[in-house]
Amino acid sequence: MKSFFGFVKKEFLHIFRDPRTMLVLFGMPVALVLIFGYVVTNEIKDIPIAVLDHSKDEMTREITQKIISSGYFKLMAELTSSNDVEAMMLKGDIKEVIIFEPGFAVSLQKDGKADVQLLADASDPNTANLIVNYTKGILFDYLNKQNQAGTSYQFDTRVRMVYNQSLKGVYMFVPGTMAMILMLISAMMTSISIAREKELGTMEVLMVSPLKPFQIIIGKVIPYIVLSFINAVVIILLGFFVFGLPVRGSLVLLLAENLLFISLALSLGILISTVSESQQVAMFISLFALMLPTILLSGFIYPIENMPVILQVISYAMPPKYFIIIIKDIMIKGEGLGLVWEETLILFGMMIFFLLIAVKRFKTRLE
Amino acid sequence: MINIFQITKKYESTTALDSVSFQVDDGELFGVIGPDGAGKTTLFRIITSLLLPDSGKVMVNGLDVIKDYREIRKITGYMPGRFSLYQDLTVEENLQFYATVFGTSVKKNYDLIKDIYSHIEPFKNRLAGKLSGGMKQKLALSCALIHRPQLLILDEPTTGVDAVSRKEFWDMLKKIQREGITVLVSTPYMDEALLCERVVFMEKAKILAMDSPQGLIKAYSRDLVSVSADDMHRLVVDLRKYPDVNSALLFGHEVHYTSRSGRINKDELINYLQKERHNNIKFRKIKPGIEDRFLELIS
Repeated sequence: MKSFFGFVKKEFLHIFRDPRTMLVLFGMPVALVLIFGYVVTNEIKDIPIAVLDHSKDEMTREITQKIISSGYFKLMAELTSSNDVEAMMLKGDIKEVIIFEPGFAVSLQKDGKADVQLLADASDPNTANLIVNYTKGILFDYLNKQNQAGTSYQFDTRVRMVYNQSLKGVYMFVPGTMAMILMLISAMMTSISIAREKELGTMEVLMVSPLKPFQIIIGKVIPYIVLSFINAVVIILLGFFVFGLPVRGSLVLLLAENLLFISLALSLGILISTVSESQQVAMFISLFALMLPTILLSGFIYPIENMPVILQVISYAMPPKYFIIIIKDIMIKGEGLGLVWEETLILFGMMIFFLLIAVKRFKTRLE
Repeated sequence: MINIFQITKKYESTTALDSVSFQVDDGELFGVIGPDGAGKTTLFRIITSLLLPDSGKVMVNGLDVIKDYREIRKITGYMPGRFSLYQDLTVEENLQFYATVFGTSVKKNYDLIKDIYSHIEPFKNRLAGKLSGGMKQKLALSCALIHRPQLLILDEPTTGVDAVSRKEFWDMLKKIQREGITVLVSTPYMDEALLCERVVFMEKAKILAMDSPQGLIKAYSRDLVSVSADDMHRLVVDLRKYPDVNSALLFGHEVHYTSRSGRINKDELINYLQKERHNNIKFRKIKPGIEDRFLELIS
């Protein structure tokens, strides 16, 4: 046991002595959260739009007013002819044109139905999608209010982003960034630190020492569990204090899920180290086998529902996908273990699976 | 202490060890001498149980390297070819780390490493990566010894170390041996073979000979002469053209020459060289060294 603690102490010394490791461990998470929070958010604000109102009745004016006062849009022009629409869009100054049909209020009151056309500049499909969704949201909200007054105008009941009423991008990216950072630090750093011992030849001596393989593995992993956990807490705090992201569910459960995900990432890191002989190889495998799928296939940036079927199937094998679901449920919806137990179980199963392979593959000999 | 019986080890197409057998006695200072790529490192890794042989048997202190590898690892101190030190830990931290990992403390076995460690103790707060080659070697040796092993295995410990440090290092090995520890050391340097009690010559995965250094030299049966002349380069070429030549090898500023028959007729050889217009020919009979024996064996 004493020799084991000596080993853990040595691991901590390695980390604290290396400025680059320290920077990756503590500088990067903060930088990433801030970058994703301020720069890469999907949030929209002051989007330039134009309105082509063929009806010009009280209702259309009210709706237009509502859209402009939402703060998401800025009315750049009121068009008078359909001919202007294309010219405006081509210039690129306008991201969306809202077109009301002639006699909008009349047909809504008479038939309970009216047409609005939304034209969005889809050169940036993601933004276009968002803009359209936001506009729709405001339109339905208006219809909703009208109906509360006793009328029965037709409206679509599908409401999106119900748990994110303010439609803030930060709600979407904090769980994803958390998954990415924990994956990166836990898996990449452990795999690199084990590969380094192989590269420098110190692994040979560790192997001939009385330390057992699982002691070497656990000893390698403990410092990163502690440091990753600190990181998770830092991200949650940043989310709360900088971006106002609340933790609606149980904090204890949230931290426990974080710990589970960290352990899973670490077992992946050990697995990677058993197949790589050098630090570089370990780093590249970590980046390509873990980082890219975490970013692209976990639903962090691109919605899984929009992917081709084959990628949707693959996404089921991505641990971060489940972690992101769990974190969103706990932080934003305020759910408890009752709703996330399935995902938790999947993560736990994956961890055991990878850990077993890793320990089995971690040899007591050189080949 | 070590019993090696016909071990063979192949890496894909190359054979690293080909039916190698020898014994190392308790308390011996035993050398494995051979050029790079002879198979020394593979042999040591099998003895330390880091690699498995394809066939053959290795016993260390009566323990089988395949079955009882855990026991063997407790009684063995191993210093790999690349000094296995943590560059980002200080001298003292390295030593303490190896002590705790092997379940002991620096204090307990300090007397064993005192002579070696005292050289580097003034730098104990320096990072191991900032030490000179000689100091790294001493630290690595201290680390390998800190758990007082019965068997110390050193893989080319003097490669890349200056001449003074090399001599100091061999003095230390002698002292370690006097403590009752069996020392198995490999080296590519022939002159270091003389410092061992017994050596094996290794070349191309095979054992060429095993004996005491003196025994190996005695086994050298040919006449050996040293020849020099003004134009050394042409001298070697001409000697190799001589009908009875066995070998003509450049050793510094002289050529070591041997004949196929074993005997050398001085007058005939000098006549030949004079006919080839060599000036200032010097000729003397010399005692063979261990390197001559090695070269004889591989030719």
